[in-house]
Parts: sequence; C-alpha cells; structure tokens
Amino acid sequence: MMVANTIEVRDVAKKFGDNPVLKQISLQLPVGQIMGLIGPSGAGKTTLVKSILGMEKVDAGTTTVLGTAMPNRKIMQRIGYMAQSDALYENLTARENIRFFAELMSVPKSQLSTAIDHVAQVVNLTDALDRRVSAYSGGMKRRLSLAIALVQDPELLILDEPTVGIDPELRQQIWAELYQLKAQGKSVLVTTHVMDEAERCDYLMLIREGIALAQGTPQQLEQEYDVKTIEQVFLKAGRLQDESHSDL
Amino acid sequence: MRVIAIFKRVLREMLRDKRTLALMFIAPLFILTLMFFLFNTSSDTVAKIGVSNVDTTVVKAIKNKHVKLTHYSAQATAKAKVREDNLAAFIKQKNGKLTVTYQNSQPSDSALVRQALQGGLTKIKVQALAAATQAQKKALQQQAKVLKTLVAQQQKMAAAQGATGAGATQTAPVQSQQTKLKAPTNYSVTSHYLYGSSDSTFFDTFLPILLGFFVFFFVFLISGISLLNERTTGTLTRLLATPIRRGEIITGYLMGYGLFALIQTVITVTFALTVFQIHMIGSVWLILLINFLLALVALSMGIFVSTFANSEFQMMQFIPILVIPQVFFSGLIPVDQMANWLQWIAHIFPLYYGGNALMNVATRGVGFDGIALELGILALFAILFTILNVVGMKRYRRV
Repeated sequence: MMVANTIEVRDVAKKFGDNPVLKQISLQLPVGQIMGLIGPSGAGKTTLVKSILGMEKVDAGTTTVLGTAMPNRKIMQRIGYMAQSDALYENLTARENIRFFAELMSVPKSQLSTAIDHVAQVVNLTDALDRRVSAYSGGMKRRLSLAIALVQDPELLILDEPTVGIDPELRQQIWAELYQLKAQGKSVLVTTHVMDEAERCDYLMLIREGIALAQGTPQQLEQEYDVKTIEQVFLKAGRLQDESHSDL
Repeated sequence: MRVIAIFKRVLREMLRDKRTLALMFIAPLFILTLMFFLFNTSSDTVAKIGVSNVDTTVVKAIKNKHVKLTHYSAQATAKAKVREDNLAAFIKQKNGKLTVTYQNSQPSDSALVRQALQGGLTKIKVQALAAATQAQKKALQQQAKVLKTLVAQQQKMAAAQGATGAGATQTAPVQSQQTKLKAPTNYSVTSHYLYGSSDSTFFDTFLPILLGFFVFFFVFLISGISLLNERTTGTLTRLLATPIRRGEIITGYLMGYGLFALIQTVITVTFALTVFQIHMIGSVWLILLINFLLALVALSMGIFVSTFANSEFQMMQFIPILVIPQVFFSGLIPVDQMANWLQWIAHIFPLYYGGNALMNVATRGVGFDGIALELGILALFAILFTILNVVGMKRYRRV
C-alpha cells in the first residue's frame, strides 16, 4: 500500500503527572523526505519520538506510521530507531551487537554478514567491529547505534540526536548516507539541536515547551520570521512564545 | 527465532563475565565444602567434665569418647572450677546424690554431658539389675539342686515303694522350673535407621535443601540484576523498538539463565556425591528437575522485583526481605514444629515447596508422584511471575 505520509501525528497530547510535555502536536512526514525536529532540551522531542513509535502512551490524539495506527508491534520491523542514549551491550563486540539486533529484526541469515559489513562501513567502524563495546569511545558508540538502526534497511529512520559527540567529518559522512537513503525513497525523522544540521532537512518543526511553534521548509521558516538563519528563527520564535506567555 | 537470539545473547554475555560465572559455579562448592567440615567436625567434639568425690563405678560408666574427665578434690567448688578450667560441667557427689553444674555457654557441650550422664546412669542401673538377676539365678540354682536331690531321694523311695505314678507327677514341675532359669538376660541392641544411616550427618539431610537454596539465590540475584541493567542502560527500551514480543524476551531469559542454573546444579550435585560421598537415595534426575523449576521461579521472581529497583544496590535490598526468610521455611528448621500461623506463612514461599520436594527425594527416595504437588505449585509460581513480567513490560511498549 502506498501512503503519502510516512508519519502522521494528529493532535497528540501527553502529560507526565501534572506536567504537560506535549500539547496538541500534529506532524506529517511525506515519503522520501527528511524532517528535523528542533528544540531545546526538555522541549518534548524524545517524548514525541517515543509516542510515534508507540512506546509512550499518549493522553490524546493519534499517530500513524506507514499507514498503520500505532502502537503496532509488527511495524517496528520497518522502522530503524536510534535512541538518544546508546543502548548497547557493553560486554559484546560491535559485530555481536549489530548481529543481535539484526536477528531481532528478522534479517535473513544469508544476508546477515553482508548487512553487518555494509552498515559498519557507513559509520566507519569496519576496523573496530570485533572490539568490545566497553572499549569504545562515546562517538564510536553513537556510530554503532546508528549502524544498528540501519541494519534491516528500514523504510523509515527515526534518529534521536544522532550526531552528538561525532566529529564534523564523520557527521558529513552520515548526512551523505541520509541523503542517499532519501534518494532510495526512504523517510527520515531526526531530532537535533545543532542548527547547521537543521538547515539540511527538507522540513523542520520547532518544538518548545511541548508546543509546535513553527513548521515548514527551512526557507519558509526564515521568510516567515524574517531572519537569515534557522538559529535566528529559533531564537525569535522562543522570544515570541515567552512574550505571549507574559501577555496571559 | 527471536527467542533464540535473546537466549544466545544471554549466554554470550554471561560467558564474558568471568567473575559472575565463578560466583555462580564456584561459590556454592566453596560454601558446601565449608559446611561439610563445619558439621562433620562437630561430631568429634569433646566436653570436659570435672568430677569430685564421685564413685568410680559412676565415673567408669559416664566415660565415653565425647567427654574427658578430670578429677578434683572433694573440697573443690563447682562454679570456681568450671570458670577456671573452662569445664563443660562439674559433677559432685554427696551422700550418694550427684549434683551437676553446667557451664551452658555452649548448649551442644551441655547436651554431650547430659547424654554421657544419662547413658552412664542407665548403664549402672542395668548392671545392678543384671547383678541382681545373677544373684537370683544362683539362689534358684541352689534351690534347684536341693530339690533335685530331694526328688532323687523321693524317687528312690518311690521306687522302693513301687508307686511309680506319684513319682512322675512330681518331677514335671521341677524340670519346667529349670528351663526357665536357663535363659540368660543378655539383651543386645540393634538399631535400624529409617532414613540415612548411623553416620548420617546434618550435612546429608541439609545438602539437598542447600542445593535448592543456592540455585534460587544465585539465579534470583544474577537474573534480577541483569534485567535491571537492561532497563537502566536503555537496552530494554531499545529491544522493545523491535518487533519482538514481550513474552519472547522473558522466554529467552528463562532459557538462558535456566541453562546456567541447570549447569550449576549438576556441578554442585556431582561435587557433593563424589567428593563428600553424600547419601542420596532418590533419583538424581528428580533433583535436577526440582532445581530447574526453582531456578525458573527465582528467575521470574528476580526479574519481577528488579522492576522495583533502580540500582544494583536496591536489588541487593531484596535479599533480606525475599531470600533470607525463605531459608527459614525451606525445611532447615522443621516447619511442622512451628507455630500454626508460621506454618501458614511458610506456604507462600517457593523455597518451602522446593525444599520439601528435595528433602523427600534425596533422603526418602520419594518418586515423581510423591512430589508432583510441590512441582505443580513451583510451576504455578513461575507462570504467575512470568505473566506479571510480560504484563509489566507494557510500560515500555504498549503492544
């Protein structure tokens, strides 16, 4: 079934106790696009991502991924997810980690080693593949997490802060890979608070205090706020939000 | 297949962690060895007894290999000597009356003295009785002799008189009296032991329970901490971002740690049987089966309580609450001698059923039918906690 939007979020709201984390958020990610979620830490980006994956119970609203209402267990196979914190088995080698998740994702046995070699190459870890993760640096762990997210060749990639602790050169490499995936018709949802990364996305969504402040292509946003960079969009949007708060 | 992936991963992680592996396989052997020597040397203890002015017959009778007697003067005071020479007891005789003063700081020593004393006094009584019967016998024999001569004389007289009938009736009772006297009162005691043998020790009876306890304790701890780590490092959330079923995760864990528990049991049982020559009457396979079920209970329970802990240290805090009480009800202390309400409490602990079953198989040779109920209850425990775990994981993914 062909669907126009890979992700469709409608009026999602979520509270942790009395503290609202997401307020009436809606979002569409068209097939074959890269969407960036930007916002300061604590804005609700990770909660939104988890709600999309069906791992967080939402209080109101619906999320649909690849034409299927979430939560749905089987659809997970078509999503590559990279969590904000590196969730790796430190006692195992990188290869064993990738292999384990590949098995869970039902990658056929015959394709396992080629898939592992391929993703290791993408994140530049081929030489360190048989080292234990406990000996890895922070950046290497991030790259390994990304490799795991890519291993089953998913239609949708959801990456939560993928480039934290990764040097600029490798960051270029990773973005090149994301563009290549996009060229293959795959969709990417990426959260970040690095502004130059935001400029590379097809669509952007600004979140602050659980509210979607602005949505659109980077150019649209810059025009809308009458500024030159996304960073300025971000700052201006934040200021406006604070002003409207003080008006209330 | 996802279950297999989890299973393989659990095995691989465990094999990489050499210290935990050593804890699981070598620690039980170490504790067993320690207990073996602790319990076995206790049977060679000797209690020191001081005696003052006690008849030699009594002293002789009391003497056995578990007590060492020291003689004191008639003026010695019991309390002073017990303190000075660290005696287990002091026996003083006055006008045929024995007064015993126990130190009683080691109840086991007091017990040894009491045993020796009681044994000795019975011995004396028996001897006295034997002596009395001996004397009686002699007297009777003399009487019989007199009677015999009397009878002989009578017979002679009767023969002379020609009245044979009267003579025959007179001899009969005398003969019967003689046969009665012949039986000597030489009682010997033969003992039969229903379970175990005369050299059964604490160790023999406790070993099966200890095996069950080791399995329970280590599996509980290791599996609980392992799932806790999985939770705190975020790998559990990551796992649930794959199409794996919640039940598959738990099953993989059960298989992985179940295998280690099985290996642990095999090692400890083999060790106990070959090195210590333990008496094990029942089937070893049943012992393994019970331990495996106990491991499954420990595993599912460990995983369950780990959700209430936020760190390894908090996991440790469950040991005094959930593990130690189980030891009391595992059969090391006889449950049927406990207060009624305690007996009821015993029934909520898995180790009560496990200990019961292990004891029945190992020391009474009970077969599968005899322990089916316990096995069933253990299985129910495991199923209950597994369901709770699977449901509890809904917190991380709603499907």
